[in-house]
Amino acid sequence: MNGSSTLLPVSETTESNRSRFSFNRDTYVVTREKVVHVILLMCALVSVFTTLGIILVLLFQTLEFFKEVPLLDFLTDTQWTPLFQDKHFGILPLLSGTLLTSLIALSVSVPLGLIIAIYLSEYAPPFLRKVLKPFLEVLAGIPTIVYGYFALITVTPLLQNIFPSLSGFNALSPGIVMGIMILPLVTSLSEDSLRVVPKGLREGGYALGASKLQVSLSIVFPSAFSGIVASVILAFSRAIGETMIVAIAAGQLPNLTANPLQPVSTMTSYIVQVSQGDTPYGTLAYNTIFAVAITLFIFTFLLNIISFRLRKRYFSSGGD
Amino acid sequence: MTIRQMPALETRNLNLHYGTNHALKNISLCISENFVVALIGPSGCGKSTYLRLFNRMNDMIDGVRIDGDVLFNGKDIYKSNLRVEHVRKKIGMVFQKPNPFPKTIFENVAYGLKVNGISNKKFIEETVEKSLKQAALWEEVKDNLKKSALALSGGQQQRLCIARALAVEPSVLLMDEPASALDPLSSAKIEELIYELKKKYTILIVTHNMQQAARVSDKTAFFYLGQLIEYNDTKQIFINPKEERTQNYITGRFG
Repeated sequence: MNGSSTLLPVSETTESNRSRFSFNRDTYVVTREKVVHVILLMCALVSVFTTLGIILVLLFQTLEFFKEVPLLDFLTDTQWTPLFQDKHFGILPLLSGTLLTSLIALSVSVPLGLIIAIYLSEYAPPFLRKVLKPFLEVLAGIPTIVYGYFALITVTPLLQNIFPSLSGFNALSPGIVMGIMILPLVTSLSEDSLRVVPKGLREGGYALGASKLQVSLSIVFPSAFSGIVASVILAFSRAIGETMIVAIAAGQLPNLTANPLQPVSTMTSYIVQVSQGDTPYGTLAYNTIFAVAITLFIFTFLLNIISFRLRKRYFSSGGD
Repeated sequence: MTIRQMPALETRNLNLHYGTNHALKNISLCISENFVVALIGPSGCGKSTYLRLFNRMNDMIDGVRIDGDVLFNGKDIYKSNLRVEHVRKKIGMVFQKPNPFPKTIFENVAYGLKVNGISNKKFIEETVEKSLKQAALWEEVKDNLKKSALALSGGQQQRLCIARALAVEPSVLLMDEPASALDPLSSAKIEELIYELKKKYTILIVTHNMQQAARVSDKTAFFYLGQLIEYNDTKQIFINPKEERTQNYITGRFG
């Protein structure tokens, strides 16, 4: 057909050329789509395999660790001194340090974040929201190392004016700074949840003579509650996993205490400490970081799942 | 035949702009007490906008400009020192889509009382019961007052919204296509209810359903492209309209 087409009159040649062209073009498009599909699938699988790989490595190394340290000791011992002569492997001091700093962070970011979210979604005129939101999101873009030094050399001395007994390294200062860091997370997600509350609900409130504050607090806020809880849990999970700020400013001293004025060590800062120190690879002391890491992983994983569930439930039912 | 009394609601030379869009053009209309007035007209003719003037629901839209007088019992609700919350309490509203709050049935009806500073528990309980009875919903929900309002059917939700509006004891009810999102049976119930309610309330109802307008209203106002074309007794409008455009609309030739 290809050879004979040159003998045909001009009009038919172009006709057959066109049909051949469109046939080739169809197969080309189909093949291209398939290739693109496979490439995209591979990209998606990279994240799955990475996650699986990390979990497997953690599990394997953690098993090594628990061959030598009983799980019960790990969960109940109140001291964490794997790097000392008298070795203890109780996760509790690290856990308490993590929870202490994270809860301080939440007690800063949740009230402040929710107030800002309500302001942005219900009160702020559109132009102001356009200006304020990017400013707020810049907070999330500041490198955590900067936050860490900010906590250590600025916030701690300031706080020492108020609490003279505050030690140079402590849980309070990095906790507060971490709270500022996760502020955009709380604000942004909460504001999204508030804004998708149907306009009809607000109007229903206004039509009964409710003021703006009453509508915001007694109708919009409860309607968005599960979305807001999800954002807080996500922020909590982020605070638990935060490393640099606490590694720099909290003191890296495993300490089973609820006193925010004392130095503490979190799970993350302990991992930094060991992986950057001169602990030989493969020793029991080194393997501790995997046991700590898997504890951390379980925590953040559970929190993320809860948050995801809440958000899904919220956006499928309330966000109509 | 014509009894001179002060109209419950009135607009004089009312113009409303959304930015550059002239949505309501020079509308003058009187609505007497305890009348049901139907606002009809094709979509986008301004009837909903007109309805929402009376409880100042248009205030929340950016770029709205209102000129002229909007009177409630002789007082201008925009220019006098009436507080907007007070206006909304006296002029209740039922929306097109049922919008119960995600609270219990009881809390939904009690909400208007609570935001208006009433905390007497006994009074609230009595009012909730009275309002639900007025909205013909009491028998269906009296054993489930603690249940979420969202579990009710669409028709029940709409009657709940009516009960909620009645609880704050308004004198006027604005209804923006209150039955359009409902099935025919629930719709008929709402109509019956309107018939009952007009003994006590002045009712303004926007509707796309001509039969509904003919059945429930005493007077009908026909809006077209932001203008009030004709306002008369419902019978007159439907049997013998003066304007050709009204005739064309109600017989379904356009709109």
